Amino acid sequence: MTEIEIMVNGEPRLVPVPATAADLLRQLGLDPRTVVVELNRKIVRRPQLSDTPLAEGDAVELVHFVGGG
Amino acid sequence: MLKSVREPPTPAPPAYRSLLTAYAYLSTMTIVQTEPSTDTPLTIGGRSFRSRLMVGTGKYRDNGEMVRAIEASGAEIVTVAVRRVDLDRTKDEGILHHLSPDQHFLLANTAGCYTADEAVRYARLAREAGFNEFVKLEVIGDRETLLPDTEGLLTAARELAAEGFKVLAYTNDDLITALRLEDAGCAAVMPLASPIGSGLGLLNPYGIRTIKRRLSVPVIVDAGVGTASDACLTMEQGVDGILMNTALAEARDPVAMAAGMRLAVEAGRHAFLAGRMPRREVAMPSTPSAGMLE
Repeated sequence: MTEIEIMVNGEPRLVPVPATAADLLRQLGLDPRTVVVELNRKIVRRPQLSDTPLAEGDAVELVHFVGGG
Repeated sequence: MLKSVREPPTPAPPAYRSLLTAYAYLSTMTIVQTEPSTDTPLTIGGRSFRSRLMVGTGKYRDNGEMVRAIEASGAEIVTVAVRRVDLDRTKDEGILHHLSPDQHFLLANTAGCYTADEAVRYARLAREAGFNEFVKLEVIGDRETLLPDTEGLLTAARELAAEGFKVLAYTNDDLITALRLEDAGCAAVMPLASPIGSGLGLLNPYGIRTIKRRLSVPVIVDAGVGTASDACLTMEQGVDGILMNTALAEARDPVAMAAGMRLAVEAGRHAFLAGRMPRREVAMPSTPSAGMLE
């Protein structure tokens, strides 16, 4: 199985390919309903997560709501 | 604290029980006597809200206490922040595990952003994560005072308003910036009472009053309120509402403080609508001087 290295929240991470943004969330155990995915600075909308392939060197940000004022 | 051997075993200390009784009493009272009869609901960006108190969700000692404090505050609008998911411990971390978007109107902020671009990026992520197009816009200009970068703020406000966001802009007590934010298309302007997290109270009542008098959009005072009298005094200036976080989260008892703040905001609003008596430099007897014995 081949792997690619991508950056997830600023940390390098190896992901088996082929992989989509939805696969990454599944691998990390995250619920797509509570997480927003940004791929190379562009937001990936929820319905597109499983149609968005990841490639070597991609920068992914996974954010959610936390407490704040 | 050491448990006294002479104390009879009770389910809760007497002070705690009487506080609970007080809450029960206060909550009945506020249900009976809600808005002043002449008041209109607070409307921001086309949405109406019953409560003029908005609360943040940061810095609480634990989530259970936060939820109880929000409940006691009666707030509908609750602010949240956008941050990276912690990939090492993802369990039970997001605020949505504790707050239901059905029960609260979640207002995402751009706290911690120091440039317009950064704030716009956070606002877009928040809209995608969230449940509405409202954003509490912060563009901070200084790490020590957390005072706003008004230039960056205006740039971001214009951009976000053009993208259809309902922008509630955190700003200072400067009228000109407030007017420009209104012109930029903000749904509300949020001048500070004093710096974020300072608890210094309302430092410039004149500035806040002037902003309220000159703007057409709602004016919500955000940041700096430390205790109930600060909230009451702020509402007495005629502003449309108050947003607070640290005053509750850092109180010894956040739930009790939230109940107090709820009453203070209502009291200040009532007093503003009632119109206060004039200030006089001399005394004026309240009791008639006629009819005194010879």
